[in-house]
Amino acid sequence: MAVQEALVTRPVTVSVNGTERSAEVETRLLLAHFLRETLGLTGTHIGCDTTHCGACTVLLDGVPVKSCTVLAVQADGREITTVEGLTPAGGLHPIQEAFSAEHGLQCGFCTPGMMLTSVALLAENPDPTPEQIRWAISGNICRCTGYQNIVKAVQHAAATLKEAS
Amino acid sequence: MYPASFEYFAPTTLDEALEILERFGDEAKVLAGGQSLIPLLKLRVAAPSALVDINRIEGLGELGERDGQLRIGALVRHRTCERSDLLKERYGVLGATAPQVSDPIVRNLGTVCGSVAHADPQGDWGSALLAIGAEVIARGPSGERAIPIDELFNGPFMTALQPTEIVTGIRVADPGPRSSGAYVKLERRVGDFATAAVAVHVSLSNGSIGRAGIALTGVGPTNLKAREAEQALAGAEPTDEAIASAARLAADAAEPLDDNRGSAEYKRNVVRVFTERALRASIAAAREA
Repeated sequence: MAVQEALVTRPVTVSVNGTERSAEVETRLLLAHFLRETLGLTGTHIGCDTTHCGACTVLLDGVPVKSCTVLAVQADGREITTVEGLTPAGGLHPIQEAFSAEHGLQCGFCTPGMMLTSVALLAENPDPTPEQIRWAISGNICRCTGYQNIVKAVQHAAATLKEAS
Repeated sequence: MYPASFEYFAPTTLDEALEILERFGDEAKVLAGGQSLIPLLKLRVAAPSALVDINRIEGLGELGERDGQLRIGALVRHRTCERSDLLKERYGVLGATAPQVSDPIVRNLGTVCGSVAHADPQGDWGSALLAIGAEVIARGPSGERAIPIDELFNGPFMTALQPTEIVTGIRVADPGPRSSGAYVKLERRVGDFATAAVAVHVSLSNGSIGRAGIALTGVGPTNLKAREAEQALAGAEPTDEAIASAARLAADAAEPLDDNRGSAEYKRNVVRVFTERALRASIAAAREA
């Protein structure tokens, strides 16, 4: 059955990783698709597409959200941070270094979401207990079940950030 | 997955939002946190022709007490409730429920009022609010009305709300001193819906139970109020026998179905055990309150 749908679009301007990006988008476009397809920022992964896995987690005004469950039009005028925005020019963010040092990933698919959730956790709670880390990442699923090292990586990053401050 | 096409409105005033709702009638849906609505749009279980995003309307984000009542505005996120000392200390069952809704990332966007308006029988807030007692405030073309929470749910995903109405907030009367609550939930993993859950809020009066609110999640066509169990406890001494007997009455009030989370018989037994646990926890905390 062919269903003809009227195309409804709207202009949006979103600050993505500190740069203003404008586009005319379909109202039904999901933020995850806007980031990946409209802007070419493929670091944001789409896993389950049903609000469960957290692979698509990005920061919306500093708060982790599942970008498959936010419309691009909702982000108009707001700030998004993706995994690409964590990396300073010519280096790695402490959370990225920590995931590397502690081997906090196996296949790596959940890693961008895990890192963004962790960055938000550490901004709110610079010295989390392993229990608090597990609680914070409970909306991010690692299909490799590599949680032990993910928790270690977050603790590692917490220590690095504390030293730096 | 893409939702079907829709017109998108982001009004900055309630009046504007209400006008759009009136124009589209039941073809429009209100978008608050979107954590239930957007998945439904993606699965095309819902395909409204218009979305009215209320996130840019000022004044809907209040969480606090005014005139002896707690107010939860339409844009108050689960996250805010989870971090609220006021809810933890004074509105026990609400404070206990907040950290158990879905997962931490969903809680950053999802709203209490949206959850209640969505009326999923497996939703957590409906039971918490039934247990403590609440009114849902709805604004429509002819003004504002307060719907008692026990008159809100008509069936799965069905409420007394009109398509032209917006939930602007929830009011909860101060349960007074010597009062506390608990939410005991069985879920297979974080983010799954409840296999079964029990919400309890108890107010003590001279050592006996003044008022006990008990409501059940995931074991009926709506969140269910266990009225007979509540009535059996009102005015009673909180003895082991009274608690066990109320828990049996709550289990009798459940209308569970067999599904992949468990058999009806199993869920009914979970309700009995969890009612007992929630009552004990609430009574102990109320004595300390």
